[in-house]
Amino acid sequence: MLGPFADPKAVETLNHQMGTDRPVLVQYADWMSGFLTGDMGQSYAYRSPVAPFLGTALLNSSKLAAVAFILVVPLGIFGGVIAALYRGRPTDRILSVVGISATVVPEFVSGIVLILIFGVWLRWFPISATWSANAGFWNQLYHLILPSVPLVLILFGYIARMARAGMIEALDADYTRTAVLKGLTYPQVIWRHVLRNALLPTISVIATQTVYLIGGLVVIEILFHYQGIGSLIYIAAKKKDFPMLQAGVMAIGALFAVATLLADLLYARLNPRIRFGGRE
Amino acid sequence: MTDALTFENLGVAYRVKGRSQQVLYGIDLQIARGEAYGLVGESGCGKSTAAFAAVRYLPRNGLVTNGRILIDGQDIHQLAAPDLRKLRQYSVSMVYQDPGRSLNPSLPVGRQVSEVFELAGVPRAEWPTRVAEILAKVQISDPALVMQRYPHQLSGGMQQRVAIAMAVASNPTLLVLDEPTTGLDATVEAEVLDLIQHLRRELSTAILFISHNLAVIARMCDRVGVLYAGRLVEEARTDEIFRTPRHPYTAGLLNCLPQAGRSKDKALLATIPGFLPGPGAQITGCVFAPRCALADCLCQTRDPAFVRAGDRATKCHYPERVADMNRAVAAPVLVAAGQGSRRILQISDLAKSFGNGLQRQRVLRDVGFDLRAGETLGLVGESGSGKTTLARCILGLLQPDPGSRIQFDDQPLAGTTAARSRDQVKSIQIVFQNPDSALNRAHSVHRMLSRTIGLLIGLRGAAREARIRALIRAVRLTDRHLTALPRQLSGGLKQRVAIARAFASDPQILICDEPTSALDVSVQAAILNLLAELQATKQVSYILISHDLGVVRYLSDRIAVMYLGQVLEIGPAEAVFSGPHHPYTAALLSSVPSIDGGNNDRVRLTGALPSTANLPNGCVFHTRCPRMMPGLCDQTAPPQITLHADHVLACHLPPDQLSTTARQPLPDGTGPNLADSPVYG
Amino acid sequence: MTDTQVTRQDHGWRADLRRLLRSATFDCGAVIVLFWVGCALVGAQLVPHDPFTDDLMNALLPPSSDHWFGTDQLGRDVFSRVIVGARDILTVAPTATLLSTLLGTALGLTMGYFGGLIDEVLSRITDAVLALPTVIVALLALTALGTSTITVLVVIAFSFAPIIARTVRSAVLTEVGLDYVAAAELRREGTPYILFVEILPNVLPPILVESTVRLGYAIFTVATLSFIGFGIQPPSPDWGLSISANYGMIGGGFWWTVLFDSLAIASLVIGINLIADGIESVLHD
Repeated sequence: MLGPFADPKAVETLNHQMGTDRPVLVQYADWMSGFLTGDMGQSYAYRSPVAPFLGTALLNSSKLAAVAFILVVPLGIFGGVIAALYRGRPTDRILSVVGISATVVPEFVSGIVLILIFGVWLRWFPISATWSANAGFWNQLYHLILPSVPLVLILFGYIARMARAGMIEALDADYTRTAVLKGLTYPQVIWRHVLRNALLPTISVIATQTVYLIGGLVVIEILFHYQGIGSLIYIAAKKKDFPMLQAGVMAIGALFAVATLLADLLYARLNPRIRFGGRE
Repeated sequence: MTDALTFENLGVAYRVKGRSQQVLYGIDLQIARGEAYGLVGESGCGKSTAAFAAVRYLPRNGLVTNGRILIDGQDIHQLAAPDLRKLRQYSVSMVYQDPGRSLNPSLPVGRQVSEVFELAGVPRAEWPTRVAEILAKVQISDPALVMQRYPHQLSGGMQQRVAIAMAVASNPTLLVLDEPTTGLDATVEAEVLDLIQHLRRELSTAILFISHNLAVIARMCDRVGVLYAGRLVEEARTDEIFRTPRHPYTAGLLNCLPQAGRSKDKALLATIPGFLPGPGAQITGCVFAPRCALADCLCQTRDPAFVRAGDRATKCHYPERVADMNRAVAAPVLVAAGQGSRRILQISDLAKSFGNGLQRQRVLRDVGFDLRAGETLGLVGESGSGKTTLARCILGLLQPDPGSRIQFDDQPLAGTTAARSRDQVKSIQIVFQNPDSALNRAHSVHRMLSRTIGLLIGLRGAAREARIRALIRAVRLTDRHLTALPRQLSGGLKQRVAIARAFASDPQILICDEPTSALDVSVQAAILNLLAELQATKQVSYILISHDLGVVRYLSDRIAVMYLGQVLEIGPAEAVFSGPHHPYTAALLSSVPSIDGGNNDRVRLTGALPSTANLPNGCVFHTRCPRMMPGLCDQTAPPQITLHADHVLACHLPPDQLSTTARQPLPDGTGPNLADSPVYG
Repeated sequence: MTDTQVTRQDHGWRADLRRLLRSATFDCGAVIVLFWVGCALVGAQLVPHDPFTDDLMNALLPPSSDHWFGTDQLGRDVFSRVIVGARDILTVAPTATLLSTLLGTALGLTMGYFGGLIDEVLSRITDAVLALPTVIVALLALTALGTSTITVLVVIAFSFAPIIARTVRSAVLTEVGLDYVAAAELRREGTPYILFVEILPNVLPPILVESTVRLGYAIFTVATLSFIGFGIQPPSPDWGLSISANYGMIGGGFWWTVLFDSLAIASLVIGINLIADGIESVLHD
């Protein structure tokens, strides 16, 4: 786990803290069964069980992630589709350059700029995402808008790029030509023949992007003082609170697995080539 | 009555990297209602551009530079969008190559066909019956079932039937067919061509038929136009153009074809020297002059007009001289292959399967034959018959199943190249189908040859250089080509490099896997000549894999016919072609269209090729055999019948009931198409 | 035969380079990146103030003619720090990218060429590495090992290698299906020759594109780690680190302490991605 570059002292501390005097498999089985039954051990830092912290953090993070997803999926697909329909023209170039640029700017950079503009100068949004205890849905949403924008920017480029590539492939496909030569109208061709085939690959990409989204959560939650899974892991790491850290990382791994599975199922549901197997 | 399609002085250009490249120059043609017009030419001559221009669907960078296109008397470029849609709904349809791609993969085919009726305003309730009707019309036996299928669940032939059904459902004035059978197997191609002819009689639709295949055009069309480098160079009635061509290019194309009766023992094939000019090239004089045997000063300075005389037209200064063109190349006497001599390769019980359990694909089963020194064994069969797998097993690129035996020079051959001795590896080499795949695009010609010579012959330094130079000359290339990378060479030159590499190690057996199927006819002839010459001078045995029976017939001494991983028939080439032969061989032979036409008593195959994961019991061919005997063929494996000499086939039919081919090769070995013509008489 | 012509057309890497230089996106990206590389190399000699000297009398001054970008809470000149701040990140990120490219290429070649069980096992391992975000992996490793530049470098190299390996693997799979590989086996070439001399030159273009993209993400990751305190350590004038030290005060209106560093990071990563986009579009035509 520590690799060849491990500082001997760190190894020692870690061994002691994790109680590695027992056989590895026993420890793992122990911990795993605990994790599955909701007993994730005691936090070193808080001297209390890990599970409640994890629960709250996951709930908060999902709220933030949900806002980001709900904004970015339609936006990204729309951007990609528009870029493909105006392929090679200025609209396409602008969307592409904006897309790839947005995707590589770290969340904390875009977050800082957004806070400066909309939090400090314009004062449209709060610069901290923490709401008061009795805040309702709309108030929570209001607090989550600004933090979700950097995540949206990161994902927009990916989704738009995939959607554009899928659209262009479908637009150039022979079956689209067949549809046009039948005499269908342009909207009929796009809706019936192009979109469905074009967006299939995008769906699987969206799921794998959850992993980047979670990576981004760490930074965003720190920047906006928001208590989610990212800041939980960050604080646990800073305080060397290993049970907490372990539980947080495990939860992320599980989330990723679930998201991938859901995407595969959805993809199979939409793709007749998988649904109905091979040639008869 | 107006013509179905008219091109008036049509010019089309593409914009490539900011420059405009003309691809069609002043094409003039008319297709009358109900007429089938064939447009033929080699790759890059502008055939498909003409087809897509006709339906106003040029690629994004394509542009009609001059002239008009009229369908049903309407100038299609004057039509507003709704009228253009109307035209496409009712007057013109198109079917193209690769039916698997032309259907939407995520909609059931019934839904896709029903869109035609939806556009025609048929009430929704009637769609299913109308779709079933039209599918039945294209001879789909179970329309109700097929309607619910997705394209990927249908075979290539079925997919193309569905595409044709969509195209003819609105009973259009004009049907544009762009290479509709290219890429399909011979037997499937024959079925689709039958279907198109049948529909023509029923529907009286005019057809623009685009193909690179002269024989297909000859079979399907009333009139033919020959395209060369974007110009229409000749036009005439089908029977006339193939008998008495009036343009040197047409004559050249016809002479290049390895047809019935031509064989390597008798004469080399004629070739057309030189290259097609690149797109957008500036040319003074006749565009064909640089490659034309008749060209003189006039041809090089003045572009001939496209002159009509009666129902014929040609773009040549000297049409009357075409008839005198030398058709057979002065053939150097080729040493006949060493018939009946030493057996260099012996294969028995060869089997190869992939995967396990229920998914186990048995691609080769019980394959056994011998190859003699210096002979060519032709291997024919549809795709999926295991030809290429067999080749890879012989080469040691695939390990055969245990129990298989391959012997080279009476020594058993190991299953992999690594386990074979250097001498064994260097003795069995291959020329692959596609030179683009076979030549490493990062390596120069010199590097490819020198590596092979170094590793397999062990030559170094000056000796190696000398050998490289000798090789490059043997395949008619020059030292200049040694530094070239594959992308700097044309397709024919690349295949020469591949042949040079295959001969670099002085092999005794050379496998030629579809050596010319990626090439145009005129280039094909030169490559076949080269292979024949090299065999004669170097005494190599060939195993020739090809789907083109003309090619197989030209080069082969013996022929093996494969079906579903088994050899159904093997024997001397003439005996296999003339019969008596296996019912499958009969079907294969009769499915190939030929320029001299005729051949109406086709042996038709029914059903699709069974899966190799689920082979039929008894005779593997019984599911599609027109002469299947229930209770026998579907129960017991057929016996091996020895007809005479070494002509063996596996069939339950008694030898005297096996069919023969009526058409006998002409004794003098010349093509019948030209020999019959009055001009030559 | 007269068809002995060798065409010398607009092909090969020279032509590609010419087209690359004509691409506007590539040129924009190259100008930006070259500017920062220049800053990293000679910036320390050119800046008007010493980026490391505290001057508490002049702390938190807004931008002026003396301090173009103002001063930070310790009175250091922000302009000088931004210029010199390019140095560390432009050392760590490219090194990590180079390492991950080498590792990923080796992995991808192995997986794609040998296939079978080797591919299966290595694919599982790379999938597992990709299941966790790089920032989380880095957090875990740095917590366990203590923060050091070497650890950052190794973590990035190991987390990016699977992505490059995937790209290389799929490119190699295409190549292995081509007959020139069979031709090489038919003259008994050794595996290393087939891998590195036959196949590798043909998969270089996708590797070049992917590793340029990865360079952008390496900078992204180093900056992010520095921002959360696990990356480049003080007293470096690194951009992420400076933002980390000063962003607590943005509520107080000291925008200049963070804005210029943010723009520096953004411009560098965007510049690199514009280069990648330029290369990709030239190679794909």
